Formats: sequence, structure tokens, C-alpha cells
Amino acid sequence: MAKLHISTKINGEPTEFLCDPNDSMLDVLRGPLALTGSKEGCGSGDCGACSVMLDGRLVCSCLMLAAEAEGHEIETIEGMAEGEKLHPLQQKFLEMAALQCGICTPGVLVASKALLEKNQNPTETEVRYWLAGNLCRCTGYDKIVRAVLDTAAEMREAAR
Amino acid sequence: MTDMRYLAPSTLDEAVGAFAAAAGAARILAGGTDLLVQMRAGMVQPGLIVDIKKIPELTSIEETADGGFVVGAAVSGAVLYEHPRFGEVWPGVLEAINLIGSTQVQGRASAGGNLCNGSPAGDSVPAMIAAGATVTVQGPNGRRQMPVEAVPVGPGRTNLTPGEILVSFTLPPRAKGSSDAYLRMIPRTEMDIAVVGCGVNLTLKDGVCTAARVGLGAVAPTVLLVEDAAKALIGSKLDDAAIEAAAAACRAACRPIDDKRGTIVYRTKVAGVLLKRTVAIAADRAGRA
Amino acid sequence: MNEISNKWIGTNTIRPDGADKVTGRAAYAADTSMPGMIWGRVLRSPHPHARIKSIDTSKAEALQGVKAVVTSKDIVEFPVDKAVPLGIQDMRWMSRNVMAREKALFHGHPVAAVAAMSEAIAAEACKLIEVDYEVLPWAIEIEDAIKPDAPILHDFVQFEGKPSNIAGTLEHKLGDIEAGFAKADVVIERSFTTRPVHQGYIETHACLVSVLSDGKTTIWSSSQGQFMVRAMTSLLTGIPQSSIRAIPAEIGGGFGGKTIVYLEPLATLLSKKSGRPVKMVMSREEVMRATGPTSGSTSTVKIGATKDGTIVAAQGVFYLQAGAFPGSPIRGAAGCAFAPYNIANVVSRGFDVVSNRSKVAAYRAPGAPIGAYAVECVLDEIAEALKIDPLDLRIKNAAREGTKAAHGPVYPRIGLLETMEAARKHPHYKAPLGKFQGRGVASGYWFNAGGESSAQVNITEDGNVVVTTGHPDIGGSRAAIANIAAELLGIDYRRVSVLIGDTATVGYSNLTGGSRVLFASAIVVTDSAEQVIGQLKARAAKIWGISADAVVWENGEARPSGDHTGNFPTMTLAEIAAKASETGGPIGAGVQLNTTGAEGGFSTHICDVEVDVDLGIVRVLRYTSFQDVGRAIHPAYVEGQIQGGAVQGIGWALNEEYIYNKKGHVDNPGFLDYRMPVCSDMPMLDAVMIEIPNPKHPQGVRGVGEVPLVPVMAAVANAVHSALGKRYYSLPMSPPKVLEGLDEGTLQAAE
Repeated sequence: MAKLHISTKINGEPTEFLCDPNDSMLDVLRGPLALTGSKEGCGSGDCGACSVMLDGRLVCSCLMLAAEAEGHEIETIEGMAEGEKLHPLQQKFLEMAALQCGICTPGVLVASKALLEKNQNPTETEVRYWLAGNLCRCTGYDKIVRAVLDTAAEMREAAR
Repeated sequence: MTDMRYLAPSTLDEAVGAFAAAAGAARILAGGTDLLVQMRAGMVQPGLIVDIKKIPELTSIEETADGGFVVGAAVSGAVLYEHPRFGEVWPGVLEAINLIGSTQVQGRASAGGNLCNGSPAGDSVPAMIAAGATVTVQGPNGRRQMPVEAVPVGPGRTNLTPGEILVSFTLPPRAKGSSDAYLRMIPRTEMDIAVVGCGVNLTLKDGVCTAARVGLGAVAPTVLLVEDAAKALIGSKLDDAAIEAAAAACRAACRPIDDKRGTIVYRTKVAGVLLKRTVAIAADRAGRA
Repeated sequence: MNEISNKWIGTNTIRPDGADKVTGRAAYAADTSMPGMIWGRVLRSPHPHARIKSIDTSKAEALQGVKAVVTSKDIVEFPVDKAVPLGIQDMRWMSRNVMAREKALFHGHPVAAVAAMSEAIAAEACKLIEVDYEVLPWAIEIEDAIKPDAPILHDFVQFEGKPSNIAGTLEHKLGDIEAGFAKADVVIERSFTTRPVHQGYIETHACLVSVLSDGKTTIWSSSQGQFMVRAMTSLLTGIPQSSIRAIPAEIGGGFGGKTIVYLEPLATLLSKKSGRPVKMVMSREEVMRATGPTSGSTSTVKIGATKDGTIVAAQGVFYLQAGAFPGSPIRGAAGCAFAPYNIANVVSRGFDVVSNRSKVAAYRAPGAPIGAYAVECVLDEIAEALKIDPLDLRIKNAAREGTKAAHGPVYPRIGLLETMEAARKHPHYKAPLGKFQGRGVASGYWFNAGGESSAQVNITEDGNVVVTTGHPDIGGSRAAIANIAAELLGIDYRRVSVLIGDTATVGYSNLTGGSRVLFASAIVVTDSAEQVIGQLKARAAKIWGISADAVVWENGEARPSGDHTGNFPTMTLAEIAAKASETGGPIGAGVQLNTTGAEGGFSTHICDVEVDVDLGIVRVLRYTSFQDVGRAIHPAYVEGQIQGGAVQGIGWALNEEYIYNKKGHVDNPGFLDYRMPVCSDMPMLDAVMIEIPNPKHPQGVRGVGEVPLVPVMAAVANAVHSALGKRYYSLPMSPPKVLEGLDEGTLQAAE
């Protein structure tokens, strides 16, 4: 199987990699690129633990061929904080204990950030449906939803 | 291990050429939300993947001069959702497409993939059938058009001939007083495959239903166009008797199976319930359209 | 002066491992690699029951890129006639569960494993292994497994003198059951079924193992016990424990399901044979087919009460699926079922039933939710028959200090009654309900555990603190340990680093399970911290030239007291640490203990549901859990346990189940059709923490992790009954089942 050479941008940095044609984006992120923050919980798009942004759109990296990244931009959990400064969602998740085991947390954070970029003032229902593709077995979702709503409120306040 | 190649052509001719040349060993990649799952499960082992997302016609949304829409087969649900006009004109079709999977899946999954996957439970299909949408396909022998309901022929099978690629959906112009709706039954609130799906498209004039189409999913080997249900609605004021007759027609049309998602008895009952609820939403919307 | 009070116990501090986890840097089992690493994969049985006549691995071994193949021949054999207990497991079964020996006993049972240069080559090699099976008849469900002519899984298992699939029984007895029922004015007897449900951790099982030529073995894996991994791997491979270093990766959920090994022994043998590090990662499908769910069950519960609501007799019979090998949680079901109540006459029996499905593993209060589901539903019917409020009935009969439980203990001070009374007074209990809405209540009990625990508390040279313990942190225990250590030492919690040691760096610590972790860790950390404080005082005394008795430790500082008060400036932790070398060397202490005094946990739940009566869909509208938490060291993570348990129970009650097809294969081996609750299914969840400190613990801690799941299915079932006036006696209450049970008469009555 001849390897494909892919040029892409990951977390803002031009990145090149070689992949097999049937490698998923998640395989390449976690393998050769060593970005293991994206997790594989199911490999079938049902758990959201592998959530990344593709050209600003939320997707499951397990449902995307690595080859499809050619010429596109990908953002992962590793690109969410700005240097030492955590994204407000990351900070709020810590403060509000919105994680327990933490395996779903990267995907939930990437998805929540995508929501707040589109909708600065989501309702509880909007948060819940937006995150329906991110399974969490520990928290019962309560603290996650509260943390997203609180972060949204703080970000709105900060933007005023 | 099978060797697999990946191609992302920028023209439809190129795509059709490669797809046809691979003679059945190739798969079309649009959003990939079904294909990658099937590949991983070992259900398919394609020798060639043809990614159609670099072909402009397959990823564009066009509102035609007569008020219809042409939606590229690979347009994702999220992109269609953001179109300024589509959801106003076809709220039922849009909500059906937007029910395919999670937010993440919406970023990739397309109505074209949903149809070509051939699942009787595909959410967009009943709504597209109700809408009276047609598809344009292109193959080695040129282009042809057919109604959406003519595409699926059985679970996982379509009547696209070897080398043919689904190019776009065409949705007809709307008469005043027309609207549509789609509802599905799933056990959870999200993330499930439809146990039953129902799309209703109708036109009201002075409170009388002058046109209607009903699509019903997950109750037969293919998604059904339930003409008897439409007949029961047309000419009525959508009174209880007419709606009950339409619901009965839906139940009568069911030829479901018992499986892990629902029973024959359950699916049949639910088909009638969903018809009633979907008609109510479509009628409410049509009254305001 | 230190302006911070340093009263950290009871505050929601930031967890020590938090930044790692929100940035994606935390390393879970599948997140590491080693130089020269290759990939392992398991070949699994395509049959639910088959004798393995022969295995030919030669073609697989010949494939380019294959480096090792193992079968049961490579695993230490434990003859079936001699028990080899390890914790609650038996190595006879564990060895045959990680790799089928005489027979394949479920679809997905491992029969061989391969290590190769890539996952794809390993998968290809698995296809080249030729296994000659003699396919046998099989039984999946309890009723099929206990039929007289049922296919027998294990010839050596006998019940009533005959080969049987009933592999064990248990009985708890109190008083005179016949005399008790004779006094009853109302007796209700009902039978219930529940389906097996999976723990549903999002991280699949994975490990990376390196065995060197000298036998030194490093295991990187996520489990609920690195010492369990070491012990089981040692027993199954013959490598001594001293040569195995089991490093606990961050664990992506376990809920009991990671208290046993699946991959580690196989990867160890593959690494040993190949001479390379071997990584193995299960797919979700493998997790669903071959790892332990909890049992499905059939139970019959009979309860008698007098007119005034006094429960005078209670009897329960609980049949639980064990899966392919003996060992279902009948103790949890039969032992916990009646434990919340003061009942004079009790008989509670459990039957352990093997069948051709994957071996069950612990799941959050194993067995207890099954028992509670049956008992709490029958109690609801008793309340209805006697026209007594269901909470009043429970309050009247609630166990309290001095109550003798059928499973053995006489309770010390417990907070069950407080949970019931808090529920009774809570606004939720009085809130109005609409059409087809209903409210249910239920209580529950879990044993809780203590057991072996080790800790090391070391003062760094710059005067900060490193605490090492030995229980994997599954939901925030490091945060709570930091709170305790910081408060005892009187310093800011951010100066305390809490680590989970590997098997080579910390003393033996039992599983993260049984709701034990904080209970036990707190004891050994407290003892260690007190020893450290003693050392700090002694060092200050030495510097000042006074007796150590004349030094007190306050707010993170040594201060001279008594006659010496004010004679010397106080010394901070940092100042003492700086002088450690000249005052006697490193400062630190370690404690290893078999902790006792865990005492059981109780909770009471209120659930509101609404039923879509046309579609049979039940939605939970509101949920409030009231739990005696002893002392909430880190309240937010205690709440998290309570909320998470509620949602797992709601899933169990409404949609989760294993569905088998006609071939005896799991038909829903993924998150698409194994329907765990998603975010949009749930309302906000209220957790009311009631703190009745455990008198046997330095901080008053009670285990809080498991009891949150115990009452849930009963609370949901009782709410559905309240909404519809109809009771469902089997779980899950999935839409087809609910709709099937509804007829016109029921619906009219419910309106």
C-alpha cells in the first residue's frame, strides 16, 4: 500500500505527514503526529471523543480519512489553550469539576468551543443537543452543561 | 490486506471515469460517516475511494429561478443548515437531514450519502420522497434523472448502475400554502437510527389540503412513498377522519421486521402516530407559508 | 501571617491532574508508545459454545511481519478442581477467560493472540489461524441455562448432585420467615427481570507491555488496580511479581469493569516471545462482546406488612447471570436488597448461573441495584395497598443505629433515615405533576469496603509536599487527597502534589473498587501526614534546642509553645525543609494498612418521569438523590459520583440491554445500538449530600461511589407506575415494551 503524502495545517502549524489511504485522521493524529489528546472511544462516530475542527467545523476524526486533510486545517484539543493560558472552557471545566475520568473531556471541550463560536448565548437545551454526540459515562452531563453555560455567560460579560 | 487507493478528483467526468473503471471495487466518499464505519467493521473493503467533495457541483446549493433548489449530493447537513433560504422553503427536508447523527456527523454527512447508503431508516429519505425531490445521476452513459423513491431497491442496494454517481437533488418550486415536516421515533432523544421515520409535504388552500405526499422510513425494505395516505389527506380539511384514514394507510403500508431497534407491532403502530404528528406540524407550517 | 485558612476539606479545589486532562496531555492506556513497539491482536471464537479440538498457528507464524503467536498452551494452567482465589476472582476462571482452554464459552472468547509489525498484519494473521471447533449447543438466558436439559458449560460444576449451570448459591437468614408472614395483613409477591448492562466506560481496554530478556516486565495499562494487574499477570505468565512493574495509566472510566485483566497477560506473553514491546487496544466491539457487563437477572420478592405499615417478613430469590464462568454478584443482590430496612424475618437467596455469554465483571455496587429494583418496587405496591405514602412506609421501617441486617452487621450510626426525611421535606417531593407524569422513590444500600492501602508523604527540599498513593484515581480522588493533606499540614493545597504510584514505587494497595479509595487513602495519608508533622516539630525543636513536645504545628508552621512561647520566631514548612539535611535528613513518612470501618452507604432517590403514551417513550424530567456521604471532602466530585450513578441507572432502567441474535452473538456491540443516555436525554440532576460522619474514619468519610446507582432503576420504575397506573416487571422499560403494555383502559385510568 503506497503511502500518501499529505500537506495540511494542524493547530495553526503547517504539517506534513505520510499515511495509508485507509488511515483515519484519528489514526494519524494519535500515531505519527503524537497528538493523543483526541481519543478513540468507538471508531464509529457514536462517542465524540475524537472530535476535532476541520476548517472550523466540528467533526469526528475517526470518520474522516487522513488523506482528506490535504489542503485543509485541523484544530485539536492540543491547540485549544493559548500557550500557558487555558481557554475559558478549560478553566471552567476545572473549576466546576466538569470532568471525572477525563477521557471524554477533550472531545467535549472541542465540541463546546465550536458551539460557543456559533452561539454565544445557548440555552440549556441547545447545549444538550449540541453535545448529544459526546458520550460521557461519569458525570451524568450535569456539570458539563453547567460549565458550558457558565463559560458562555462569562465570555459574553468579558466581550461587553 | 487489500490495497486501497484514494482519489479526490476535481471534475465529475474524472470521478465517473475512475469509479466506472474500478468496476465495483470502488466506493464513493462524501461525508464518509457510513463508509468509514463499514470499512472499519470489515463490511466493505474498497480497492478505490473516490472522494467527491472537490467537485463543485456536488458541494453547491443553488436556488433556481423558478424557486426550486438544486442541492449537491455531498453537501453536509451543517452547510445546508446555514443556507439562508433552504430551511424556510423546505423545513421538513432540512430537519430530516439535520437529524442524521450528531453535531459532528452533521459536519460531514450528506443527503446523497444517506440515500446511497440504501438504509430503509435513513432520515433524509422519507422527507425527500415527500418533497417530491428528484435526483440527477451521472455515469459512463451520461446523465439521467429519477425520483428519490426510485433510488433504493432494498437494504443497502440502489438502482444506480455501475459507475453512476449521485450528483444532486432537485427540489421543486413551492406553491403558496405549502410546507413540510419530518419526525422520527427513536428511543433516546438523539444518536439513534430511526425506528420509524415519517415525512409529510402538503399544500393548503383555504384550509383544504390540495396536494400531499407522505414518505415512510424503517418500516419496509426501502423507504416508502405512501400514496394512499396522501390520497386520504388530499381534498380534506385535515379533519380527524382524514388524518386517521391517512394513519391507517401508513399502518397498512408497513412491512417491517422485528429487530434490535423495534418490533413489527411497534413499528406499525408508531407509523400511524408519527403520520398524525407530522401532518399537524406540516399543516401548521403550511398555514403560515 | 498566612492569610489563607487552609481549611481545604469540604472545598472544591482544582484537581491535581486537571490541567493535564483539559489539555489532552493526560496519558491513558492507549496513549503511549515504546521504541520498537509492535501490535497485538486477539483471535476470538466465532461460536458461543464449542470444544476446541486443535489450533494450528503455523500459517499465521509464517506470515511476513508476525513476531509471536500465543494460545492457551502458553498460559499457566490452573486445574479446575482446585480454587485459586485472588480477591473476588478465581484464577481458574481468569486463566480460561483471558484465553479459552478446553472450550470456547462465548462468542468473542479469545482463542489465540498474535503480535505483528502492524495492526493490519496482526489482523491478517488472526485469519490464518486454523481452529478446529466442535460446535456445541448453547444457552444464553437464565431460563435456558437452568432447564433440565440445558447444555452444561462446565461438567465439574454440580448443583444438587448433578452437573448444572447453577454454580453457586448464597443465603442470608434472619428470624422466622414463616412466622413473620403469618403476622402480615398484606403480602405481595412479584417477579422481575433485568438485562445485562455494560459499565460503558469510554476508554476501551488497552495496554503496552515490555518484557526484557532478563524477565523484567513493564506493564502500562489502565485498570482499577495496578497491583491486581501485577498479581494476575504474574499468576498467568509465571513471571514473579518482583519482576513486574505495573504502571497505572490514567483510566478512562471503569465503574468496576476494569477490576480484572483481559489483555495484559496476553501482551506480556507476546512480548516475551517476540522480544519486543507489544501494544494491544480493544475495539469497542471487542469490549461489548468479550468484557464483563453486569448480570442479567430474574428475581422474586415477597414482602409482608401489617396494616400500620410495619414490614414483618421479606423473602427474596435472585438468579444472576455469571456469564461463562462462576462468579455473579449474588452477594450484592441478596445481601443489599433488604439492608435499608429493619425487618425481623428475612430470607434472601442468590443463585449464580453460568451461560454462554461473556464473564460478568463488577459494575458499581455489583448486584445491589438488581436486588433494590425488585424490593423497592414491591415496597411501592405495599404502600399502595396500605394507602401509605411510599416515603412514610420507608421511614417507618428504616434501618438505624443498632439494626441487625440480614447479611450480618449491626449498624453503627448511619444516615439512611436522614436521606428519607430530607426527601420527604424536599420541594421536589411536593412539586405538581402533569398528565402522564409520575413520581417514584426508592432507597438503596451498598456495603462499602476498606482493605489494603498504602501512602507515602514526602516533603520536598523546597518545602512542598508529594503524596503518593496506590489506588488508581477514577473520578477525582487525587483532589480529595490533596485537600486532606493540605489541611492537615496547614498549607495551600496547590503545594501538594498527589500521584498514583506504580507497583514498584508504592506499597500494596487494593483495587479502586468497593467505594474504598478515599476512605482507605484518607486513613493512610492522615497517618503519614501526622508522622510527618511529628518530624517537622522534632526538627524545629532541634533547631531551637527545646523538646519536641514544646512545639506545636499550626497553619503550616512550627511554633514554640508552653514555656517557650514567643522565644523563637515560627518556622515555616519551607524553612524547616531547607534545614532538613543538617537536622536529620529527608522528611517523609509512609503508612501501609489494612483499613477497616468502612461501613455501608445509603441513599434515597426521587424521580419524575413523563410518558409519551403513543410511542411508549419514558423521559426523566427531574431527579434528586439524597445520600449520606459521611463527609464530603471534595463536594463537587461527590456530587459528580451521585449524578453519574443516577444517569447510569436511568440508562439501565430505560434503554440499555444486551441483545443477542439467533446465532448467540451480541447484536448491538457498539454505542449506536447499546443505548447509553446522551446529554439531551437528561435533565439537570440534584444531589443532596447529607453528612453523617462515619465514626470510624478520621475525617468521617464514607464510600460514595457506588450507592448512587443502587436505587435508580426502582425509582424510575415506580415513577412510571405513578404516571400510568401500570407496573412493568422487566427492564429495560424500552418504548416497544412500554407501548405493548398500554391499552385503552390503562390510559383512561391514567388520565
